[in-house]
Amino acid sequence: MVALSLNASLLLACMLFCIGLAGVLIRRNLLFMLMSLDIMLNAAALLFVAAGAHWHDSGGQVMFLMILALAAAETAVGLAIILALHARGRPSLDADTGNLLRG
Amino acid sequence: MNPLPALVLLPLLGGTVAWLADRSNTANQQPTRNISWRITLMVLTLETVLLLITTFRHHTLPGPWLDHFSIPWIPVMGIAFQLDMDGLSLSLLWLSLILSFPCVLLATRQITTDAGAFHFLFLATLTGIIGTFLATDLFLFFFLWELMLVPMFVLISAWGHEDRHRAAIRFFLFTQGSGLLMLLSILGLVITHYRETGLLTFNYFALANTPLSPFLSMLLMLGFFIAFAVKLPVVPVHVWLPAAHTQAPTAASVLLAGLMLKTGGYGMIRFNLMLFPEAAIRFAPVAMGLGIAGILYGAWLSCAQNDVKRLIAYSSISHMGFVLLGIFTGSNTGLQGAIIQMLAHGLSTGALFIIAGSIQDRLHTRDMAQIGGLWASLPRLSSAGLFFAVASLGMPGLGNFTGEFLVLLATWHVNSIVAALTATGLVLAAIYSLRMVNRIFMAPSRTSPSHAKDFSAGQMTILGALMILLVVLGVHPQPIMTLSMPSPLSAPPLSDGGGDTQ
Amino acid sequence: MPYLLPLLVFFPLASAIFLFVTAGRLSARTVGWVATGAIGLSALCSITLACFFLFSAVPAPIHIILWEWMHTQAFSADIAFTLDPVSLVMILVVTIVGFLIHLYAIRYMEEEPGIARFFGSMTLFVASMLVLVLASDLFCLFIGWEGVGICSYLLIGFWYENPVNTAAARKAFYMTRIGDTAMLCGLLLLATTTGSLHIETLLATLHAGQIGPDVLTAATLFLLIGALAKSAQIPFQTWLPDAMAGPTPTSALIHAATMVTAGIYLIARLHELFTAAPLVMMLTSIIGALTLMMAACTALVQTDLKRILAWSTISQLGYMFLALGTGVWQAALFHLMTHAFFKALLFLTAGALIARLHHEQDIFRMGGLYRTMPGLTVAFLAGASALAGLPLVTSGFYSKEMILSSIWSAHFPLLPGSFPLAHILWGIALTGAFLTSLYIFRCIFIVFFNTHKTESTGSTPRLMAIPLACLSFLSLFGGVIEMPDTLAPIHLFTHFLSAPLPHAEEPVWLLLAGASAPIAGVVIAWVLWGRATPVMQEIPGQATIIRVAKEGWGVDALYAFLFVQPFRFLVWLTRHDVLDYLITGIGRMVRAISSFLEHTRTRFLTLSSGRTTLLLQSGDTLLARVQNGRVRWYAAWIVAGLCAALASGVVP
Repeated sequence: MVALSLNASLLLACMLFCIGLAGVLIRRNLLFMLMSLDIMLNAAALLFVAAGAHWHDSGGQVMFLMILALAAAETAVGLAIILALHARGRPSLDADTGNLLRG
Repeated sequence: MNPLPALVLLPLLGGTVAWLADRSNTANQQPTRNISWRITLMVLTLETVLLLITTFRHHTLPGPWLDHFSIPWIPVMGIAFQLDMDGLSLSLLWLSLILSFPCVLLATRQITTDAGAFHFLFLATLTGIIGTFLATDLFLFFFLWELMLVPMFVLISAWGHEDRHRAAIRFFLFTQGSGLLMLLSILGLVITHYRETGLLTFNYFALANTPLSPFLSMLLMLGFFIAFAVKLPVVPVHVWLPAAHTQAPTAASVLLAGLMLKTGGYGMIRFNLMLFPEAAIRFAPVAMGLGIAGILYGAWLSCAQNDVKRLIAYSSISHMGFVLLGIFTGSNTGLQGAIIQMLAHGLSTGALFIIAGSIQDRLHTRDMAQIGGLWASLPRLSSAGLFFAVASLGMPGLGNFTGEFLVLLATWHVNSIVAALTATGLVLAAIYSLRMVNRIFMAPSRTSPSHAKDFSAGQMTILGALMILLVVLGVHPQPIMTLSMPSPLSAPPLSDGGGDTQ
Repeated sequence: MPYLLPLLVFFPLASAIFLFVTAGRLSARTVGWVATGAIGLSALCSITLACFFLFSAVPAPIHIILWEWMHTQAFSADIAFTLDPVSLVMILVVTIVGFLIHLYAIRYMEEEPGIARFFGSMTLFVASMLVLVLASDLFCLFIGWEGVGICSYLLIGFWYENPVNTAAARKAFYMTRIGDTAMLCGLLLLATTTGSLHIETLLATLHAGQIGPDVLTAATLFLLIGALAKSAQIPFQTWLPDAMAGPTPTSALIHAATMVTAGIYLIARLHELFTAAPLVMMLTSIIGALTLMMAACTALVQTDLKRILAWSTISQLGYMFLALGTGVWQAALFHLMTHAFFKALLFLTAGALIARLHHEQDIFRMGGLYRTMPGLTVAFLAGASALAGLPLVTSGFYSKEMILSSIWSAHFPLLPGSFPLAHILWGIALTGAFLTSLYIFRCIFIVFFNTHKTESTGSTPRLMAIPLACLSFLSLFGGVIEMPDTLAPIHLFTHFLSAPLPHAEEPVWLLLAGASAPIAGVVIAWVLWGRATPVMQEIPGQATIIRVAKEGWGVDALYAFLFVQPFRFLVWLTRHDVLDYLITGIGRMVRAISSFLEHTRTRFLTLSSGRTTLLLQSGDTLLARVQNGRVRWYAAWIVAGLCAALASGVVP
C-alpha cells in the first residue's frame, strides 16, 4: 500500500471541503445542505487523520472519532429541525423560504 | 484681652443680631420698627468704645506698630487670623467710625423695607472695611476684601435707585475681577516665597522679605495695583463708580465714597509701596500720569454733570487722583498728603453724599435743574452743602487743601510742569463746586417744597462735627500727619508677642 | 501785646461762626450789632497795637507763632502772625474802615431776610483779611487769600434769586481762582527751593543768594499773576465791574477798600523779592499803567454809578501797581490807605443815594440831587475830590503826588538808559490823573447839579450818616501825614514804615503838573457837563467807540469767545463719560461676539448631528440588508470572512 503523502491528502481534504462548501452555498434543498455539511466535516476529519499519520500522533485519530460523533449529532439535529418544520405545516425543503421569523 | 479681633467681628455679630431682632419683630409693626436701627447704633457706639480703648491703651509692643493679634486659622496652609495696627490703620479706622455715625443717624433710619437686612448688610460691609484696614495676613486680607463687596452689591441692587441692577452688576464685576488678579498676585508671592525659603506662609511681614526678580516683582505689583486702582478708582477703570455712587442708597453711597475708596489707597500704600518698593519706584511715572489723568478727567466730567450725585462721584475721582499722585511721588510729603487727602475726602464727600441723599429723600429727584434753589426753604441743609462744596473745591484752611497742597509740593519736587498742570485741576474744582452751589443751593427756588423738612438741630450737630474735623485737618494737620504715617516694615511685631495672643 | 494779634482775628471769626449758627433766630438789629461790635473790638485792638507801636522806644515787629501747621523733612510751615509797620497800616485800614462800613450796613441791610448770612460773610471776610494781612508765613497768607475770595463770592451772590448776580459771583471767583492757582504754583516753587514759606526765611535765603535768578523771576511772575487777578488788573479786570452786583457795603469793603488791595499788599510785603526780579518789576509797572489808563477811559463813559466807581477802583489799583513796579512800595501802600478811605466813602454815599432813589443806578436819570440831599452831596464831593486828587485839601493828592513824583525818577535796570520808560509812564499817570478828575466830576455834575429828574424819598438815617462823616474826614485829612518835600518835609508815613523814600531832588514843575492835572479835569468837566445847557448831551451808545468802551473794550466778549464758550461747548460735548461708553461698548461687542459664536456653534452642531444621523441611518439599512435570514448567505459571509482573514494572514 502506497502511503499517501501529506500534501496529497491536504489537497484531497481541500477539494472535499470546497465541494461541501459549494454544496452548502449552492443547493437550496435542506437535505442536500446537510449532506454537504457532512462532506465538509469529513474533509476536516481527513485532515486530522492525515496530520496524525504524518506526525505519528494518535490525537488525529481521536479527533476523527470526535468529528464523527459531532457529524452524527449535527445530522440528527438538522433532520429533527426538518421534521419539526414539516410537522408545523410547512412541507418545503427549500432553505430560502425560512428567512422570516415566526414563520 | 486684645480688642483687635473684637473690632473686626463686632459689627458682623451686631448686624446679625439686628437682623434677627428685626425678623422676630415683624409681627407687631409700629413700635419696634426701628429696632434694627437702634441695635446698629448701639453696635457703633460699642465699636467706638473699643476703638477708644485700642487708641489709648498702653502699647507694649516694641517698634512702631501699635497693636498685634494673631491666631492660627488654617495652619496647614500657613494662614493665620493676623491683625496688626499702625497709625495709618488707626486713622482710617477712626474715619470709618466717624463716617458711619452720620450714615446711621442721618440716612439709614428712612429705610423701611426690610430694615434689618439693610443694617446687617451695612454692618457686614463695615466689617469688611475695618478688617481690610487691619489684616496683615494676605489671605485674610483677600477674604475681607471680597467680604465687603457682596453686602455692598446687595445693598445697591436691592435698595438702590432706578437703574440699580446694572450699576450693581458693573460694580461687582469690576471689583471682583480685579480682586481675582490680586489673588493671583498673592498666590504668586506666596509660592515664590515657598520656593525660596520652603516656608508656606501668608504672613505680610514674612512675605515682605521675599527675594524677587525685577520682572516678577513688577508683575506681582501690577496684580495688586490693578485691584487697588479699580477701588480707588484710577481713570480708565473708574467706570463702575459714577453709576454705583449714583444708584446706591444714601448710606451705601457714603460707605462707598467715604470708606471703600480708601481701602484702595490704603492697599496701595500698604502693599504696593511696602511690599514692592523698587517696582513701585519704577512704576511711579505711569502711576503719576494716571493720577493726573484722574484729577483732570474727573474734574472735567464733573463740570458737565446734571445729576448731583453723579457730579459728586466724578469729583471723587478727581480727588482720588491726588491720592494716587501723592502715593507714587516717592516721598514722605506726598504720602502724608495722600493720607490727609483720603481722610478729608472721606469727610467732605461723605457729607456731600448725605446731603445729596437728603435732597433726594425730600424732593425725589437728583436733577439739578429740577431741584432749583433750596436756600429759602432749607437753609440749614443748604449751608451745610455750601460748606462741604467749598471744602471740596480745595479751600485753604480745610482738610482737602492740606492734602492737595502736600501732594502738589511733593509732585513739584519730582516735576514742576506736571505739578503746575495738576494745579489747574483746582480751577476746575472751583467750577464744578460752585456750579453745584449755584444750581441747587443759592439759586431761584423752583419748587415750593413746603412739606420738605430742614435738618434738625441734632442733625446739624452731626454735620457740624464733620465740619470741625475738616477745619482741624485744614489748619492743624500736624498731629494727624504724625499719627497716620504707615509704620515701616523694618520692625515687624513679634509673632508671639506676650499675652496679646488671646 | 502779642496776644492781641490772635484776638484781632478771633473777634470777627467768632462773630461769624455765631451768626452762621444762629442764622434766622436773631433780629436784624441784633445781628448787625453783634457783627459791628466784633469788628469794633478788633478795631480797638488794632488801635491799641498802633499806639503801642508808635509810643514804644524801639518798635520791633511782633512775632507770634500760634501753632505749627506742618513739619516734614522737606517743608515746614506755621500758623504765625507778624505785626510790623506794613501789616499795622493794613490792619488799621481793614478794621477801621471795616467797622465804619459795618456800622453803615446795620441800617442799610436791615430789611434783608438773609441779614445773618450777610453779616456772617462780612465778618468772616474781615477775619480772613486779617489773617491775610497778619500772616508771617505765605502759606498762612494763602489761607486768608482764598478765604477772602470765597467771602467775596458769597457776598456778590448775596441776592441769589437773580441768576445774573450768581453768575457775577462765579465769574469773580473763577478769575481770582485762576490767579490763585498761579500763586499756588509760585508758592510751591518757593517752597521747594527754600523749604519754607516763612517770609523772613524767604528773604534771608534771598539775601544769602540761594535763590537763582530764573527761579526768582518765575516765582515772582506767578505771584504777580495771583496779585493781578485779585486786584482786577489787566488781563483779569473784567470781574470787578460785574462784582458790583453785591450789596453796596460789600462793594465798599471788599471790592474797593480791602480785598482788591490784597495783591498790592502781597507785593509790598515781598518787595525785596520783587526788587530782585527786574523783569517782573517792569512788567508790573507797565501793566499798572495800561490798566489805569484803560480803566479811566472806561469809567469816563459808564452810565451806572456803581460801575463808574468800580472802574475807578481798577484805575486806582493800576496806580498802585505802577508804584510797586517802580519800586516805591511805600507810595503804593500810602495810596492804598487813602484810596480805602475815599473809595469806601464814595461807595457808601452812592449806596445811600441809590437807596433813596428806589434803586436807580443810571446817572442820567438822576440830577439836581444837591437840593434834596445836601449831606450826601458834601460827602460825595469830599470823596470825589480826594479821588481826583485836588491839591492840598485832599488825601488823594498827597498819595497820588507821591506816586507821580517817584515815577519820574524811576529807574529800570533792564532797559538802556536812554529809553525814557519812566517818563512815558509818568505821562500816562498824569493823563490818568486828569481823566480821573474828569470822570468823577462828570459824575458829580450830572448827578448832583443839573436839572432835577427823579423823586427821592426819606432821609439818610443817622446810623448811616456817621460813618460817612468819619470817612469824609479821613478822605480829606488822612493824607497830611506824608507830604512832598517841596511843600513841607513831613514824612510820618514813610518813617513809620521805617522805609523813607530816597531823597531825590524834585523839580517844582513836577509838583505843579501833578496838581494842575486834576484841576484841569474839574474845569473841563464843568465845561462839558456842569452848566445848565451841557455842551455834551450824552446819549448812551451814541458812538461805536463809546459803546465799546462802555463794555470794557470788549474784553468780556473776547473772553467769552476765547474761553467760556469753547469750555462750555467742550464740556457739553464730553458730558458723557467717553471711557464709560468705551467700556460699555466693549461689553456690548463682547456680548455680540459671544452670541454670534454661540449661534454659529449651535448651527454647526445641528448640522453635523443631522448629517451623522443620516449617515447612521443609511449604514443601518445597509447592515440590515445583510441580516436577510437566509442561511446560505450567512454561510457565504462566513466564507468571505474566512477568506479575508486568510488573505490578511498571507499578505503581510
